[in-house]
Amino acid sequence: MTQEGSSSRHRDFAGALKRAALAALVAFGLFSLLVGIRTDTGPGGALELTARFETLAVLVAIAFVGVFLRETLFSGATLDGSSYVPESVRRFTAHIAQFLGPALLVFAAVAPIIFYNNRYLLDLSIQILTYVMLGWGLNIVVGLAGLLDLGYVAFYAVGAYSYALLAQSFGLSFWICLPLAGILAAFWGVLLGFPVLRLRGDYLAIVTLAFGEIIRLVLINWQSLTGGPNGISSIPRPSFFGLPFNSEEGGFAHTFGLEFSPTHRVVFLYYVILALALLTNAVTIRLRRLPIGRAWEALREDEVACRSLGINTTNTKLTAFAMGAMFGGFAGSFFATRQGFISPESFVFQESAMVLAIVVLGGMGSQIGVAIAATVMLGGFEFFREFQQYRMVVFGLAMVAIMIWRPRGLISTRTPSVFLKKEKPVDIALAREEGRG
Amino acid sequence: MEYFLQQLINGVTLGSIYGLIAIGYTMVYGIIGMINFAHGDIFMVGAFIALIAFLALVAMGVTAVPLALFLVLLIAMALTSLYGWTVERVAYRPLRHSFRLAPLISAIGMSIVLQNYVQIAQGARVKPLPPLITDGYTLIDSPIFVVQLSNVQIIVVVTTVVLMAVFSWIVAKTRLGRDMRACEQDLKMASLLGVNVDRTISYTFVIGAALAAVAGIMHLLYYGVVDFYIGFVAGVKAFTAAVLGGIGSLPGAMIGGLLIGLIETFWSAYFSIEYKDVAAFSILVIVLIFLPTGILGRPEIEKV
Repeated sequence: MTQEGSSSRHRDFAGALKRAALAALVAFGLFSLLVGIRTDTGPGGALELTARFETLAVLVAIAFVGVFLRETLFSGATLDGSSYVPESVRRFTAHIAQFLGPALLVFAAVAPIIFYNNRYLLDLSIQILTYVMLGWGLNIVVGLAGLLDLGYVAFYAVGAYSYALLAQSFGLSFWICLPLAGILAAFWGVLLGFPVLRLRGDYLAIVTLAFGEIIRLVLINWQSLTGGPNGISSIPRPSFFGLPFNSEEGGFAHTFGLEFSPTHRVVFLYYVILALALLTNAVTIRLRRLPIGRAWEALREDEVACRSLGINTTNTKLTAFAMGAMFGGFAGSFFATRQGFISPESFVFQESAMVLAIVVLGGMGSQIGVAIAATVMLGGFEFFREFQQYRMVVFGLAMVAIMIWRPRGLISTRTPSVFLKKEKPVDIALAREEGRG
Repeated sequence: MEYFLQQLINGVTLGSIYGLIAIGYTMVYGIIGMINFAHGDIFMVGAFIALIAFLALVAMGVTAVPLALFLVLLIAMALTSLYGWTVERVAYRPLRHSFRLAPLISAIGMSIVLQNYVQIAQGARVKPLPPLITDGYTLIDSPIFVVQLSNVQIIVVVTTVVLMAVFSWIVAKTRLGRDMRACEQDLKMASLLGVNVDRTISYTFVIGAALAAVAGIMHLLYYGVVDFYIGFVAGVKAFTAAVLGGIGSLPGAMIGGLLIGLIETFWSAYFSIEYKDVAAFSILVIVLIFLPTGILGRPEIEKV
């Protein structure tokens, strides 16, 4: 018995070695030319080659060791989230999760007071909150209604350009432009939503991608309106209900008898985006309990069954698109007023992919998950600043890894929308969707 | 008239490149019903491998253009196939029974990874390659407009036709082709009847990637430049071609590729070159909405 065990382990060892060698061979093939040789433009304009065999060797070695360790240490163990987290730990985390939301909220509310003197941290927080808001907006479309939208950044762009153009041409203030930008973006959402209603999941995704690209290309080429690739600069900055943030008389600081400081505006912007993000969250939570929100979730689970139950899928899809687009538009006009400058460069597909990655990593449909994902990703990349160029690679790999191991995201418990007497979190294992044949 | 003829030649050349990429989309969609979003980036990787392989060969002293081209073709096809195989193995195979949007999200992740990996490994600059094949024929030498057919264009079209013939033969006559057709009709039934489904799917990705690599070489020869971003737009256009021709259909992919190439060329020639990508994307939208089965495709019935 023991002998048999040891011999099979021995065979496993040999097998692992063989697989690791194979993986190293594949890695060598993959990286041999693209990593092993670097091309640079030489002085004459022609390309020059530089060998980088050390990097190649390191990558091949990583592949070998990685596969070998996986084969020997984790063979047989399945990476299924629900099975290897003990029940007690899960109950504990569920308990913690109840307080996590309010705690984060309080922290977000007092953050600008704590970090008042740290301009860099405030700017980063504003950026994170913008992405949290975008993530929550996209979550309505992707997480709740199950419509994969790859062109979400288009609505962000519509919001940003609406504000920039309205404010510059008609001199309208931020607070008038904000709802207008939201309405315009929602209108575009419906306009783009109409033709795609009949399409199924992946076709719909590609069409939204095409729409996003069309809008970006029009922004680049319609020079007379949008300024083309140069974008629009000197967009009016927001004012505190009519009081501008400047050192002159009648400004914010002067009216309230404070000493002028440029941080006032940053703190104000922080609270604006915090309020906008919380508005998105509140509306989403509220809508989930209304018939329309339930219809979205029914649509996500099964479109055909949803239709046979008498739900108007056309309206359901359109409202989801419009809602998501509206919040994208809000975020866009905030972006425009914060930056003071916008160009089509800010609205590329990578941006859509990044917001999608945040939603996917946070767990489609989970509000707190999206917030945590946005904070961890943007904060993490800021922390590892010198590895900036690797950030998109990590984003992409994370998307693949999440799909394989935790397809419902890192926070994989879902709060049920409908429950009997007592609200219990649903484990993902119970709500797993089957692939459709 | 002469201008029209010249644009026709350019359009057919461009269409051949799109057609070769479109085959990869159409085969994968036909068999496992997913949009391989990373396929455009596989094409880009193929172009980069070809560029580096060519420069390395020149550095090693292989200067005869036909020999070098042949070697580059072999190297690029082999290594790009390896990329296709790895992407399938790492990012798609574990998701075979996941929920329906999972493979597409994973594919988007893979596309981002490939693009940025090449950008990190080779830099973001545009990489030029001096023209290797320069001569051509002057078809019409009228005083108004000179119609030219370059050798590169001949090579692109001829290679495409030859590869299409070989590939059609593989699908129609070989064991592998029969397995592929069986998997396309019904994955579960095919596996019950002894078809190794996993291996067939792997081969599908390998062949698709090899054809994309050839398209990459063609792109490199025809335009003389590559950068890490070419895969995205070319991928969307080739996908449009696959849908236009009828997704799942091989001749459809070729016809769709030709049509997209021609539309793009004529649009640039007669309307505006700035909006040529808008035209391609609009065709994608219009086709998906009004003609989702394409020219040669079969209607798909959705069952619960």
